[in-house]
Amino acid sequence: MSKPLPTSVRTHFTALRFLLVMTVILGIAYPLLVTGISQVAFSQKANGSIIKSADGKEIGSSLIGQNFNLPKKNPNDPNEQAQPDPKFFQPRPSAAGSTGYDPTSSSGTNLGPNSDVLLKSVNAARASVAAFDGVDPATVPADAVTSSGSGLDPNISVAYADEQVNRVAKARNLTVDQVNALVAKYTESRSLGFLGDPGVNVLELNNALNELK
Amino acid sequence: MSSTLAGWLQALALVGALALCYRPLGDYIAKLLTTTKHLAAERGLYKVIGVDGDADQRWPSYLRSLLAFSAVSVLFLYLLQRVQSHLMLSLGFKAVNPHGAWNTAISFVTNTNWQDYSGEATMGHVVQMVGLTVQNFLSAAVGIAVVATLIRGFTRSKTDRVGNFWVDITRISFRLLLPVSIVLALVLVANGAIQNFHGFHELSTLTGDSQSIPGGPVASQEVIKELGTNGGGFFNANSAHPFENPTGFTNWLEIFLLLVISFSLPRTFGKMVGDNRQGYAIVSVMASFWVASAALMTFFETHPAGVALKAAGGAMEGKEVRFGLWGTSLFATSTTLTSTGAVNGMHDSLTPGGGGVAMFDMMLGEIAPGGTGSGLYGMLILAIVAVFVAGLMVGRTPEYLGKKLGGREMKFASLYILTTPLIVLIGTGVAMALGGERANMLNTGAHGFSEVLYAFTSAANNNGSAFAGITVTSPWWDTALGLAMVFGRFLPIVFVLALAGSLAQQQPVPATKGTLPTHKPLFVGLLSGVVLIVVGLTYFPALALGPIAEGLH
Repeated sequence: MSKPLPTSVRTHFTALRFLLVMTVILGIAYPLLVTGISQVAFSQKANGSIIKSADGKEIGSSLIGQNFNLPKKNPNDPNEQAQPDPKFFQPRPSAAGSTGYDPTSSSGTNLGPNSDVLLKSVNAARASVAAFDGVDPATVPADAVTSSGSGLDPNISVAYADEQVNRVAKARNLTVDQVNALVAKYTESRSLGFLGDPGVNVLELNNALNELK
Repeated sequence: MSSTLAGWLQALALVGALALCYRPLGDYIAKLLTTTKHLAAERGLYKVIGVDGDADQRWPSYLRSLLAFSAVSVLFLYLLQRVQSHLMLSLGFKAVNPHGAWNTAISFVTNTNWQDYSGEATMGHVVQMVGLTVQNFLSAAVGIAVVATLIRGFTRSKTDRVGNFWVDITRISFRLLLPVSIVLALVLVANGAIQNFHGFHELSTLTGDSQSIPGGPVASQEVIKELGTNGGGFFNANSAHPFENPTGFTNWLEIFLLLVISFSLPRTFGKMVGDNRQGYAIVSVMASFWVASAALMTFFETHPAGVALKAAGGAMEGKEVRFGLWGTSLFATSTTLTSTGAVNGMHDSLTPGGGGVAMFDMMLGEIAPGGTGSGLYGMLILAIVAVFVAGLMVGRTPEYLGKKLGGREMKFASLYILTTPLIVLIGTGVAMALGGERANMLNTGAHGFSEVLYAFTSAANNNGSAFAGITVTSPWWDTALGLAMVFGRFLPIVFVLALAGSLAQQQPVPATKGTLPTHKPLFVGLLSGVVLIVVGLTYFPALALGPIAEGLH
């Protein structure tokens, strides 16, 4: 017979056995159970709220924002600045990844309230957005010149959507009323009427515009 | 509806929901901590691990079990990250580097959930589930177990037994955290949070770019991340990420979840000590600080300051449209007043006032209402100090709930209060003195100093949120903040358990005319004053160099 293990060693073995049992229950069984039920009951949402265009092609997730830029003139030039496509409603600036709206790299800018870098980018965004939409720079809303926390914000404020209506209508040869009707349709109101802020889902709106032809 | 009216309704609905849960949830937790009955599954577990579920431990033995469990957990989590490339569902990610894996292992075991990594670029699904999700449950349970021993210190007399560690964390996990998590994870999924085992899903966007949509068991981790006041996000953007927090409703639900246990525990305390009024007194102090902080944060964020935010015309930098200024302010307040540290907007980009409030919230020691369990034990320590101060004024030996607060008790309480500020201020001082480490700030000037101060405040208080511009992935930062988290978590726990043991041994003294009633508004005011004075005097100089200097910019 060997000597019994000292108490301190036995406590660690107890701890290890406890951790392993709990890992099976909380780390394997629990997520599997939730996944199983989710996949049966809410499969579209559990799999990322993927939406399709009219021709059945997957075009993105309704919860994840995208860029709506013109094709690059020279696709091989990494220094060429992307230009926004006037036919589409434009999202907020994004700090996710080097080109923005990269879901493999969700992030905000983390720039402080007095940051010179942030000040410059806000002023530049205000000037370019105002010129692009043909409005007075002073009226450009805050969300149009700031990056979101995730860099993937799927929404823009109703004010920023309204600002873009004329430009999009003109670029697509649609009436302002037609575009306004779609903006209203893809405006998400507050949850239960009072939780959070309303916003316009940019991808869903642009997808609907494409389908309007 | 105006944003202001909606914001008020949102806050009132939150207060109402928390108030509704206070009694039933608090009573339920009191019952599970005091009943002698075991569930069949629990009995099976005790058999497997070789523990007698009916035998209570002395405080040193309780502490040894807790530390052994934590040490084994750190080691397990470390190894899991180090062998990640050999695991299934690793999404092709490499093993995490040694100092990063050490930092993350400690971070999740200490309920801090500080993240020096970007989830979607570092951790495979198995590490997230089998490693991180498990510690989200168990580190929360440890906090509640520790406060249970302190409460037993008040309720028991002439005994050296303070409870059974294994029984406590098993019951808290099985009877409280797991059932709530299962139900509410499904609610999150129903509102858009993802729950699958996919890798990145490549697709072509509307304009023909390619985009990779991430997958993962997110909702199951998200719910316990909030409920257990953990805060470690599946993704880098944490609760700002639409897959973690898709709507205004999920945002409200997540704020509710991260507050509900800590705000109900004072009821558990009142119930267990046999006087519900004691619980009301404690929860009043917690609630007043929460309300004041939420009001200040919302005021600052809806009145943009700082040249860049003023130029933007609103403090929307780092915030999501769907949550808005009010929904982000409410979250930021609640996450820093608890030990959660999840963020639904980037704290680095808060207004100077808002960032200062977030930091001050953590410096309060996370007691309003604080982390699960740790918030209440922190507040009870301050209550002991408040009773002691009152005792000094009238020149008699103070007593709290019938237990005398003598030299031994006050030593443990004082050590508790000194620990965290020492770690924060020494850590910040050393980092600022080292030129190379200081260079890791993203922002410059007072805001850069705030990034460093915030990092050590967050680590030592086991919060986990950050002024995230700072780069903390170097070996020096991983090590320094890892140590801050270890000492910031376990030293206070040692003092609380020692105090619990010391109180349990005492014979209660009957209340007399000279006893300070600890359930009246007078005591609520006294305790609030003690909280403010202790924190204010400790941190004012550091705050003056950071957020206050910046606010005067």
